Amino acid sequence: MYEDKRAAAPPLQQLTFSLADEEYGVDILVVREIRSWSRVTRIPQTPDYVLGVLNLRGAIVPIMDLRLRFGLQRESYGDDTVVIIVAIAERLFGIVVDAVSDVVDIDPAAIKPVPDMGAVVDTRYLKGLATHVERMVMLLDVEKLMRPEDVETLDAALPAVQDVEVAA
Amino acid sequence: MSAVDLTQFHKTFFEESREGLDAMEAALLALDSGSTDHELVHTIFRAAHSIKGGAATFGFADVAAFTHVAESLLEEVRSERRAVDSGLIEVLLRSVDCMRAMLERSSLGQPVADAESEALRVELVQLVSGEIAAPAVAAASLVAPVSGWNIAFTALPHLLQTGNDPLRLFRELQQLGRLEVVRAFITDSAPAQLAELDPSQCHLGWELHLHGAVARGDVDAVFDWLDGDCELTIAPMVEPAAADAVPLTSDAPVPPAASASRPIRETATASSEGSSIRVGIDKVDALINMMGELVITQSMLSDIGEKFELSQLGRLRDGLVQLERATRELQESVMRIRMLPIASVFNRFPRLVHDLERKLDKRVRLELHGEHTELDKTVLEKIGDPLVHLVRNAIDHGLESPAQRKAAGKPETGTLKLNAYHEGGNIVVQISDDGAGLNHAAIVAKAQQRGLVAAGQELSDAEVAELIFQPGFSTAAQATDLSGRGVGMDVVRRNVRDLGGSVGVRSASGKGSTFTITLPLTLAIIDGLVTAVGHERYIVPLTSIVESLRLRADAVRKIAGGGEVFHFRDEYLPIMRLHRAFACSDAVTDIERGIVVVIEEDGRRVGLLVDDLLGQQQAVVKSLEAHYRRVQGISGATILSDGSVALIVDVGGVVRLGQHRKAA
Repeated sequence: MYEDKRAAAPPLQQLTFSLADEEYGVDILVVREIRSWSRVTRIPQTPDYVLGVLNLRGAIVPIMDLRLRFGLQRESYGDDTVVIIVAIAERLFGIVVDAVSDVVDIDPAAIKPVPDMGAVVDTRYLKGLATHVERMVMLLDVEKLMRPEDVETLDAALPAVQDVEVAA
Repeated sequence: MSAVDLTQFHKTFFEESREGLDAMEAALLALDSGSTDHELVHTIFRAAHSIKGGAATFGFADVAAFTHVAESLLEEVRSERRAVDSGLIEVLLRSVDCMRAMLERSSLGQPVADAESEALRVELVQLVSGEIAAPAVAAASLVAPVSGWNIAFTALPHLLQTGNDPLRLFRELQQLGRLEVVRAFITDSAPAQLAELDPSQCHLGWELHLHGAVARGDVDAVFDWLDGDCELTIAPMVEPAAADAVPLTSDAPVPPAASASRPIRETATASSEGSSIRVGIDKVDALINMMGELVITQSMLSDIGEKFELSQLGRLRDGLVQLERATRELQESVMRIRMLPIASVFNRFPRLVHDLERKLDKRVRLELHGEHTELDKTVLEKIGDPLVHLVRNAIDHGLESPAQRKAAGKPETGTLKLNAYHEGGNIVVQISDDGAGLNHAAIVAKAQQRGLVAAGQELSDAEVAELIFQPGFSTAAQATDLSGRGVGMDVVRRNVRDLGGSVGVRSASGKGSTFTITLPLTLAIIDGLVTAVGHERYIVPLTSIVESLRLRADAVRKIAGGGEVFHFRDEYLPIMRLHRAFACSDAVTDIERGIVVVIEEDGRRVGLLVDDLLGQQQAVVKSLEAHYRRVQGISGATILSDGSVALIVDVGGVVRLGQHRKAA
């Protein structure tokens, strides 16, 4: 009976994108739009992976570079650079990826837990691994990318950073 | 319990109750000032009645019980069995305060009744004559330490049919204190034959002891729903040493007819205002967003228009004019949604003045002008406290006692005038009194004592007035020995500055003082100076800018720790390199090539080094926090005419950074 139920679970639609030759997926339901790169306004006192903010029809939306978030380098930003705008709890933010690939159906039953990879990607930001047409897709936990704890730790660290800056 | 979740209505109930209490207060004050309009009494009664009804419906039994007693008293007034006098008004005003506090606690989910409310309730019960005299006797001992309650509870046969269950009541009582069943008995209504017993009928009675310091209101609340379904007596078990007499009436000093002529605006406006704005703020914000967009589109179009081919220019200009008009109209109508008359703030002053008169033994005539002047809601919410502060100061320090006034040849009753009006794009609020004015000698003496002014230094009137706004100028000691006004005036100025406004004072010795607050109409749009730092654009609010200047390299001195200062009008100001504070690349680092913008916050000044000034513009303020978070030194963002985002400099934060630097 359990088996039946699981089989009946609707497939998860994921928007897949590539980043440093890896394939990632985000839940299509949190994706608001996909747009090409445009210049952002830098914000002071912000980790380097938050590139800045841009004007999204009147909303001031922060943009995060996923490569930088994962500790990789990005060579340049141009017209081909893709920004995926996602919404979590009515907060909008953009993530910069290499390229958007596809929208695929993933069977929830086929999602495997993330092994400790000890590598590039911090596994905390992954929901699980799935296979789609022989390719492994890492399912991104967007919520955790913008976790409040992160923000709090940042805020706590800020005065210290400023002291350094001021003294310098 | 019922299937309807009543909690969803609580917010509305609290809102309406607050309005009701405001209306009651206004009407009471009007009565106190000598109005004989019987409609006022009805207004008060109606408000109390609907609060009671609402409180009972939504399960705030303590509030309902309290209001019930107040209502009984009011009923006597309404039916003209009791005359209105100052003592009664005083008690009722205190009841309004008490109900307000009770509702506040209810809304926070805190225990509602406290010793104060209980004492006042007892006082009210005692005032109410006639039919509820009996409970009054029982209640008289309430203020004394109550060790518990004797409850005699006899169910009427139909008790169960009304959906009540004694067991549930007992459980509720158990939560209040230790419950002891002294006796349980079968009532006379029970049938003689067991066969005739109808299980849906209840023929039981109990004698209960509830031990513990439980408020009467809480006990009453348990039996609240049983009205007419049982026989109930609740009597306190009192410690022998208890029961100090409660004063029968308020002994607050009652001023003579002096207050009779005090004009206070009609109650009709009091009850109608405030009821008009119940628009969800999110909807309003969405509208403002839309408006911001339109403003941007318009400025974008103007940009194109400036560079367009000549042949098309005429048509484009026409279109632009229309767009501009539409923009302005939308802007105005949208803004109007957030605008509320300043009356909602002014309304607290009759009460404040009423209380202060008694407390300080002074006589004040309050004049309110321009209550219909409208202000942005957010500004309105924040201007209340500074205004209260100024009014309190005016009465406490500005106005003299009746004896002093008489000696000075002035009428014994002082006049306090509050006036609000439009002036340009601003709102001006003036608080003026005809008191003694600022005591220059005392202020200067205090300033010298604190080292703010050198001994023997001559100060102009304006400079003396400016002293009272100095941070830390006032201390608790000064509030009593200084007849000038120093109490927290720096806080007033800071609060007003936070709103983008300014405050100043004019004073004439022996004639009084006038404080003038100038406020922007709204916080959503600011006038800003667009500055360039590297590739970035930062907006500096115009109200904080003192001056912009170019510095020669030799005007800059390095101080220990790597800081830089420059000489500016008799003082050395720290230089804050904005590109360094905000870590901007490609910025001008040579001070001679950049521009220094001197900004001021709280009397502290800092020179902000930027690359260039690009001009002045109105900026629609957008929040960074909506989608990101607060950033130190930045108060928000705005969208420039090319669609890009520019950050707005938080002058206070930047100045503090500068101070930080000086300390480092």
